[in-house]
Amino acid sequence: MSKAVRTAADEIWKNRVEKINVELFTLTYGSVVSQLCRDLNNNYCEVNKQLEIMGENIGVRLIEDFLARTGAGRCNSFKETGEIISKVGFKIFLNIVPQVTNWTDNGKQFSLVFDENPLAEFVELPDDGKAVKELWYSNVLCGVLKGALQMVQLDVDVSFVSDVLRGHDQTEIKLRLIRYLKDEIPAGED
Amino acid sequence: MSYYFAMIGTRDNPIYEAELGTFKQGGDGTPKFSAEMKELNPFIIHSSLDIVEDLQWATNSLYLKIIDNYYGYYVSAYVTPTNIKFMLLHENKNEENIKQFFIEVNDLYLKTLLNPFYSVNDPIKSTMFDSKIKLLTKKYL
Repeated sequence: MSKAVRTAADEIWKNRVEKINVELFTLTYGSVVSQLCRDLNNNYCEVNKQLEIMGENIGVRLIEDFLARTGAGRCNSFKETGEIISKVGFKIFLNIVPQVTNWTDNGKQFSLVFDENPLAEFVELPDDGKAVKELWYSNVLCGVLKGALQMVQLDVDVSFVSDVLRGHDQTEIKLRLIRYLKDEIPAGED
Repeated sequence: MSYYFAMIGTRDNPIYEAELGTFKQGGDGTPKFSAEMKELNPFIIHSSLDIVEDLQWATNSLYLKIIDNYYGYYVSAYVTPTNIKFMLLHENKNEENIKQFFIEVNDLYLKTLLNPFYSVNDPIKSTMFDSKIKLLTKKYL
């Protein structure tokens, strides 16, 4: 699948995506995060939580856009989901292709490793000694992934493992499949 | 050869200062100010600020060249469009290199400013910034 998918994603990125200036994008996200930190008195755990909620709200909408643009069908396995997220999802929305690695044997958990992160350009975390331990600056991504996957019946736990902003070697997000959600029939309807 | 470099914010507040040593002319990269000069440096720069404010409106260029001297030391200045002042105390006249140094520092300052956690007039505490300044010193001064 990979080659055809990749060229399709390239094509979508080139011709069917509205693009905005990267500095505008980065600075907009940056001011959201720094304002959150200020509003929440540098309670970074709470900031992480808020970012994730914001991301989820984006994700549940974004998946609709994603499906409409790509016409992608249902994935046959979680492995395929991982590939699609990286090579199509991230490609068409952020023009990056994170590596999909660290699969567990049961195929229910993998990591996305980011070589570049347009959200975190220019950023240095505040040096109050707390931010580098608590704040996941790009946590909105976790929310987006979680929200989007939830809408296609995948209950997934998404979290950051490491971030170059904190001085780690690489930026890594871990996705763990909890279960497939069943289509639920509203009560009272046979 | 030793240099003293300071960045002054819009409210005449210092946001960054460093003593820089040269690698040229057999220097080993460490500043060699005498104990008295170390204490005097900030005062010399501070007293030159008035001259900068007079000169900055008289020219279109950001680089104001040597604006002041003090017993064999020169003070060069550069004012960014947002009125952040870069001041450099030096012993030798070396206009072209100092100009390049200022321009690159301006670039560096710009990147700092783009960091969402930094706001104008905050002191710059980033160690990254510090080491880049040292690199620029090595390259130009």
